Amino acid sequence: MERLGEWLFFYLVFPGAAFAVAAGLAMSWLDRKVTALVQWRRGPGASQPFWDVVKLLGKEVVVPAQAWTAGFLALPFVALAAATLAATLTWHAALRLPGGTLGDLIVVVYLLAIPSLALILGGAASGNPLGAVGSSRDMKLVLGYELPLVIALLVAVFQHRMVGGQDVTAATLSLAGIVGFQDVAGAVLYRPSGVLALLVALLCCHAKLGFVPFDQAEADTEIAEGVLVEYSGPPLAMFKLTQAVLLATLPALLVTVFWGGVGATTGGLAAFAGKVLLLLVLIVLVKNTNPRVRIDQALRFFWGPVTGTALVALLLAGVGW
Amino acid sequence: MASASIFGRALRRSPWVFHVGTSGCNNCDIEIADCLTPRFDVERFGIRLVGSPRHADVMLISGPVSTACRTALQQAWLEMPRPRAAVMVGVCACSMGGYRDAYSVAGPADVVIREVDPDATFVYVPGCPPKPETIIAGLVKLLGEM
Repeated sequence: MERLGEWLFFYLVFPGAAFAVAAGLAMSWLDRKVTALVQWRRGPGASQPFWDVVKLLGKEVVVPAQAWTAGFLALPFVALAAATLAATLTWHAALRLPGGTLGDLIVVVYLLAIPSLALILGGAASGNPLGAVGSSRDMKLVLGYELPLVIALLVAVFQHRMVGGQDVTAATLSLAGIVGFQDVAGAVLYRPSGVLALLVALLCCHAKLGFVPFDQAEADTEIAEGVLVEYSGPPLAMFKLTQAVLLATLPALLVTVFWGGVGATTGGLAAFAGKVLLLLVLIVLVKNTNPRVRIDQALRFFWGPVTGTALVALLLAGVGW
Repeated sequence: MASASIFGRALRRSPWVFHVGTSGCNNCDIEIADCLTPRFDVERFGIRLVGSPRHADVMLISGPVSTACRTALQQAWLEMPRPRAAVMVGVCACSMGGYRDAYSVAGPADVVIREVDPDATFVYVPGCPPKPETIIAGLVKLLGEM
């Protein structure tokens, strides 16, 4: 219990809620700005995501008559709390903050699944037929991408290399442990298995963020933002914030697991930020140059080529490539 | 409706619009789409087209309200969370234009909406169709009111 204050600081201030939300809003501005530049527009100012959230906080909350009221209103907060906790664990390990291991890879993976589950339940709780369609699509998408994502993350766990005549192996589920292994043996990404695994994980994170081509659950042109259709005001703001936090956390998680986290040397922080921004811009460019696929095509894609690639990466990691 | 609080300020910097076509000829709808193109790029001002009236602050209405559209328009209006307002895009939405006294129309959009919400705020952008600049000017005027 004596470490409660420390944990609360990690969760609420840095690198948790306050930091994660600020970083997330900055990242979502970057997303909109890069999107605008791709389309030869100028795009919104840097404070735009902040004003969007403040505006939503000041709006009326409408609860549909046929909705499950308690769930409908509570789930957005559950989503944000889980995303923030995942952000705390990820950034804590990535930035090598003191205080030992807070949680391992398994905890982060299940915390990252909670926002999607909250979105599925929230869409279903709204009682709207379009929300139900969105929920069912999101459910299929989660089934699709969780399996290859976990396999891809396991590639980092099963890495082993010859370092100075000794066989060094990661063999740990702790994020700090994986970062430590990469300090000794070099980043996971610098091996064939690491390249394949990062590619798979990047696609899975793309789907987790609900970006085109995997935005079937929110498809605003066909099912009017699907799972979010009935949300208004502060609950909608919570879902927008959740997405912003994930936008900052998922690239950071990938860099931590596959690309060495923040290097132990000076300039490591700048390199880390550069890698995170690089992955983010890559995601935004893919989002802007692809059409939305049908949900059955997305599921076939994730269970076919993506899972296959992840398994190949796992085999390569097993033989030390 | 003028508000100096931080929420009022945020509303002026981030108006999300929902577009309702009430059986117009599609001409105004094309001009509305023009506002989103690189030449006008309304996202610079934080204006975004959203897919659900629940997310919207401003409703863009184009076309005379046909009898078939009447309840749909009223329901969509009531689904928008407060504070809310509407821009009548084009002469048909403002005053029905050439459809005045036609057998199939229920009235101009402001009359139809005031049947269910007497305090609704509107801005009128006449034209057949109005230019994108005019639509943006109308939105800016409305935001000054909000």
